[in-house]
Amino acid sequence: MDITLIWYLVPALVMFCCGVYGFLTRRNMIAMLISLELMLNAVDINFVVFNRYLYPGSMEGWMFTLFGIAIAAAETALAIAIIINLFRVSKNIDVRDTTKMKY
Amino acid sequence: MESVGSIICYWIIVLAIVIFSILTVTTRKILRAATYLLFTLFATAALYFKLDYEFLGTVQIAVYAGGIVVLFVFSILLTTRPGDNSEQLASRKKLLGVIGALAVAGAAGWALCSRCSDIFTSLPAMQNPDMKEIGTALLGSGYQQYLLPFEAVSVLLLACIIGGVVIARKR
Repeated sequence: MDITLIWYLVPALVMFCCGVYGFLTRRNMIAMLISLELMLNAVDINFVVFNRYLYPGSMEGWMFTLFGIAIAAAETALAIAIIINLFRVSKNIDVRDTTKMKY
Repeated sequence: MESVGSIICYWIIVLAIVIFSILTVTTRKILRAATYLLFTLFATAALYFKLDYEFLGTVQIAVYAGGIVVLFVFSILLTTRPGDNSEQLASRKKLLGVIGALAVAGAAGWALCSRCSDIFTSLPAMQNPDMKEIGTALLGSGYQQYLLPFEAVSVLLLACIIGGVVIARKR
């Protein structure tokens, strides 16, 4: 038995689909952010696996994942700052109720 | 040909990834969702170790599992009362989510099947990138070197620090 490229792509696909499902069904902002992290992580896995299997000598996918992790960290920190500020204003972080800035 | 130990290791990692990512999006307690996310991220780090990218696995554990999950846990404890459940999902909402996920799976599966010559490549031999190689690749400005994105990320992190302070401070 040989572990080929597809063996890694399928779990990453499952992870991405879980992220999509969570993003569509969750109503708590932090839970939506967690689903977003799942999707980002699945994409990172894909970059690494393609790099390792198709271009083993170079480091492009490797670097893309490294910078992707850094950007995900920055994005999460800012999103959580926004969510906490919103909570301070409206005591609620449900996306259905945060309509103050609409229109 | 892979050794039996390697295949067992693979299945443990993949089962952990699949089970914990499903639990992350289906559990109704949000603190548990963050914990399952932590396990998923650890399994991903194990996957990177298995693919011989040790530095990347370490970064994954340090930044994701050490930094981001702690941020999540802090913000969950600040914004929800412990013991709160999220409400039961309406079946319409659930159906919408499943349809969206299946649409993504179908599109990605079709893309995979249209390139079937590549997806059965077996693992090629590789020299692990050592720290010296990684350092010169990050801080050089020549061909296949990444000084510009490195500096861009440092400016992004600075902007992120300032933005976080400005947004979250007391008025």
